[in-house]
Amino acid sequence: MRFERRENQPLLLIFATPLIAVVAALALSGVLIALAGAPVFEAYWNIVKGAFGSRLSTTETLTRAIPLMLTGLAAAIAFRAKLWNIGAEGQLYIGAITVSAVSSQLLAGTPSFIQIPVLLICGAIAGMILLLIPLWLRLRFSVDEVVTTLLLNFVAILFVSMLIDTVLKDPLAFGWPQSLPVEDDAMLPRILTRSRLHIGLFIAIALAIIIYLIQTRTVFGLQSRAAGLNPEAAVFAGVPLGRTLVLVAMISGGFAGLAGAVEVMGVQGYVTTELSPGFGYSGIVVAMLANLNPIGVILAALFIATMFVGADGMSRVMEIPTYIADVTVALSLLSMLVAIFFTQYRIRR
Amino acid sequence: MMENALEISGVSKSFGDNLANDNISLSLAKGEIVALLGENGAGKTTLMNILFGHYVPDQGKVSVMGKELPQGKPREAIRAGVGMVHQHFSLAANLTVLENVITGTQNIWSVATDTKNARQKLLEISKRFGLVVDPDARLGDLSVGEQQRVEILKALYNDAQILVLDEPTAVLTNIEAEQMFSTLKDMAKQGLSLIFISHKLDEVMATADRIFVLRGGKSVAERLVGDTNKSELAELMVGREVKRPVREASQPGEVILNAEKVSVQQGGVDRLKAVDFHVREGEVLGIIGVSGNGQATLAQLLSGTVKRADGTITLFGEEVGDLSVPEVVDRGIGRIPEDRNHEGVIGEMAIWENAVLERIPEFSKNGLVDRSAGVKFADDVISAFDVRGATPTKRIRLLSGGNMQKLILGRNLLKQPRLLLAAQPARGLDEGAVAAVHERILNARKNGTGVILISEDLDEVLALADRIQAIVGGRLSPSVDAEDANARKMGLMMSGEWADQEVRDEV
Amino acid sequence: MTEIIDILSSAGLWAAVLRIATPLIFGTLGALLCERAGVLNLGIEGIMTFGAMIGWLAVFNGADLWTGILVAAISGGVFGLLHALFTVTLGLSQHVSGLGVTLFASSFSYYIFRLLVPVAGTPPTVEAFQPIDIPGLSDIPFIGPAFFTQTSPTYLAIVLAFVLAYIVFKTPLGLAIRMTGENPHAAEAQGINPIVIRYGCVIVGSGLMAIGGAFLTLSAFNSFFPTMVQGRGWICIALVVFASWRPSHALLGALLFAFFDGFQFRLQTVLSGVVPYQVFLMIPYILSITALAVMARRARVPQALMQPFRRGER
Repeated sequence: MRFERRENQPLLLIFATPLIAVVAALALSGVLIALAGAPVFEAYWNIVKGAFGSRLSTTETLTRAIPLMLTGLAAAIAFRAKLWNIGAEGQLYIGAITVSAVSSQLLAGTPSFIQIPVLLICGAIAGMILLLIPLWLRLRFSVDEVVTTLLLNFVAILFVSMLIDTVLKDPLAFGWPQSLPVEDDAMLPRILTRSRLHIGLFIAIALAIIIYLIQTRTVFGLQSRAAGLNPEAAVFAGVPLGRTLVLVAMISGGFAGLAGAVEVMGVQGYVTTELSPGFGYSGIVVAMLANLNPIGVILAALFIATMFVGADGMSRVMEIPTYIADVTVALSLLSMLVAIFFTQYRIRR
Repeated sequence: MMENALEISGVSKSFGDNLANDNISLSLAKGEIVALLGENGAGKTTLMNILFGHYVPDQGKVSVMGKELPQGKPREAIRAGVGMVHQHFSLAANLTVLENVITGTQNIWSVATDTKNARQKLLEISKRFGLVVDPDARLGDLSVGEQQRVEILKALYNDAQILVLDEPTAVLTNIEAEQMFSTLKDMAKQGLSLIFISHKLDEVMATADRIFVLRGGKSVAERLVGDTNKSELAELMVGREVKRPVREASQPGEVILNAEKVSVQQGGVDRLKAVDFHVREGEVLGIIGVSGNGQATLAQLLSGTVKRADGTITLFGEEVGDLSVPEVVDRGIGRIPEDRNHEGVIGEMAIWENAVLERIPEFSKNGLVDRSAGVKFADDVISAFDVRGATPTKRIRLLSGGNMQKLILGRNLLKQPRLLLAAQPARGLDEGAVAAVHERILNARKNGTGVILISEDLDEVLALADRIQAIVGGRLSPSVDAEDANARKMGLMMSGEWADQEVRDEV
Repeated sequence: MTEIIDILSSAGLWAAVLRIATPLIFGTLGALLCERAGVLNLGIEGIMTFGAMIGWLAVFNGADLWTGILVAAISGGVFGLLHALFTVTLGLSQHVSGLGVTLFASSFSYYIFRLLVPVAGTPPTVEAFQPIDIPGLSDIPFIGPAFFTQTSPTYLAIVLAFVLAYIVFKTPLGLAIRMTGENPHAAEAQGINPIVIRYGCVIVGSGLMAIGGAFLTLSAFNSFFPTMVQGRGWICIALVVFASWRPSHALLGALLFAFFDGFQFRLQTVLSGVVPYQVFLMIPYILSITALAVMARRARVPQALMQPFRRGER
């Protein structure tokens, strides 16, 4: 048996792959649910109900999707240029803590229309800087950025933990390590009352569309794609490789930092080391499920958010650990990899 | 009649719709040298991969010393005494010579590698056949010629009775090649049987006892070397008479590029050492040499991807510093890269994107790509340069090598460059495509373009160039006029022998 | 200053160094074996987590400690098989596949753990490996308590480093592995099946990683809790580069690393109140990044690392 490259990827197959992958992942997780002795379909029904069963749960699911869209975009942009940014988790935390610091220390008392944009930009810049370190190590010392971005996640979270234990500690938090809250004027406006859904959703969707346009319409988009597909040929064609990668890293790290900023300013109001339940890592799955397409990221993020919020709801009524959501998400990444493979190759005896 | 050392009978193999081998049979006697002659894509390599067990044939069988080989088992082929010397060496650069030779020869589960006996055996073999090489040298530190010796030693170490050599001279200088062929003849005298694969008529005529010609996956002829001649073989190989275009006399114009004492360093190594060369309008300057002698660096220098350490370059009458790629393209220099697939195109991108990527400033405005202009440009290239099977939005990896090369030529030549850099422009193409590429280059020359042709194919350089310089170890010889050049003289120059006075060219 | 000398001269520090190093030695050797054959295995973090969980769970359910280690090793091998299927047979991106394996293996561990172990106020424990005094040697003052009163997996790890060094550099199998990692086509030309070699190395290497994880729950601690692996897997990947793909250097690297870790831990108590403890916890990660930056260009990377091998394609 051998694999043969397909001449053309059937268009239908490209759209079908994420669906096939998700179905496969759900089927495999179903086995695990059955192993737990629970009825599989009931469990999935409860997940759906948990995610969309009420106005509150629906808005929660949408709210949860916002940081996932941003970290998903961060991964999608970087991966397309073959920049393996696995550090979105750390970049998110650094973005978040920057927002808390700037809002409480520098911008106290400034009006919303100044504070919100300035804080968003600060969060993004912080994320950028954190990704530029591993990029510099790669360009200067040829260090694989996968490992360095992963390691920096731990450094970043410890750094945040240190700040919220010391200089940024909220004295009113009964001794809990949590940061000074951002100013009320810095909180993102809500889309709906009696829910936590905030305008971060529009920001994320708008950014996805902008990235899509950049990738398909601009010289930078063309060049970053070329740099990812074949760096040698890109250099021969005059693509400034280093500059392109730096720009890609700035966008990618910026989006991850923005995810942290938006999560603090939209939902939490302050930073703890529990701010992100792995948004950075799930963002990788989001990007892969979307086949690195920015528009697809929106849908993939919704799926992942559904799994997480839904599993929370389900575990309240059934004896299945919420970790089933993480398992399904991981499995959908693995099945997506296989699915993508079969859009490019076919089996030949 | 004596039993044949090797017998291939009725072998067929297809990949998808492509019939790579169609009912091929051939035989090889003990002590005989057989040449397998054919163009790229004739099916030579597939056949040898079947012989060696890398591929399983759809039909047919292979017997060694009268015993049929099990299919698809490289280990069995080695055990039966078949040794393969690959065109791209199958060697590991970070292992020593000895390690490269003995990997896989001992029981994989034994608790210790027996290096003592292995070393002794290796030294004996290398003495017996005159293949000298240090067993403890790291392979990556050896010259290409030495690496090939290791490749042959590896086969002999496995007690090969039948040696298959795939394009053995592709990477050697003429002198090295002559040495190698005399070694091969010596081996045959000692009772080894050899098959070598080649598309070079001269070496086939000089070395082989018998010749099989392959074309389009079929075995089209078998000749004893005494019963044939080069022109018959050429026609058999190509299947029709291919006329390579002929260079017409021309009157070169102004000097458009002049390089004096240019040196380039890469990774701390001097890749180009104080080279001098110049090109005039409407003239082809051929740079001949075995690959790995600095031509890649020379091409990069002219393409705008490396910087000089020293020397001056005058372009179109004006002294220039180190130019970037966009500056090079902007000044009207066309560039055909040495390695199509790695440098020339990006397989997963559309043809139009590949056509405009290097001249993106022309096809964009305020950072936005002008897609319709790009598609139109690609369309123009496709029709003007006869790129078959292409539409602008198709991914370029779906094109054949020849058509890919036509597209690369087209994107450079469509706008009449003043200078064209062509690095190995015909490498890996079949005869028809070679002729087309050559014709385009000569056309450009006729229109006044100065051409720098970097090649390791002597025939190509002799056919196209007005003047020729050899490149050896990063140094350039003085130029020789085409009229004074012949294969012998060029062969000597390619191995670094040139008298600076005799061939000095008056600028 | 005297505090630092006190720390350095306490046998406890050096005993801790070996203890801290053990999971790193297993993990690094496992990752090294995979990479020597040309496969980067970023599944390591998840595989260590799963090994920690399943080894502990086996012992919790009545198996003896060595059976626990064996169960962990086998489970690691299964994840290795999965990674090999993706990267060797299908030739998928080793980066993404490895991350996928990590995400899957760790979330799967937590799922099983939650499912089978009832939630309790304090995590349930098992009877872990006890230190073994090496007769004679453990009586030597200072040296004895520092180096010869370890649990048996620690001794195993050290022996294993030498065994692996021997296999890689002195046996025909090692040659076959190295050639597969340098140039699988060359290996194939010598009658070696690079696919089999890669599968074997990834499976065995992943088994070793899982043992490293199991050490955490069966020797270093006696219970399992989520996120306990704490990036040790990623540190191992960095250590492989630092060791320039040599098992003996991997042992040294792990020990050196563990020394800094053990040292910073003791320094924390001395400097508490002056420097926040998080600074000390960052040190291992920053050290790994520094090691990578220093070594990345010097190390002789297996040439075919991350290159999928497809027969007949070059």
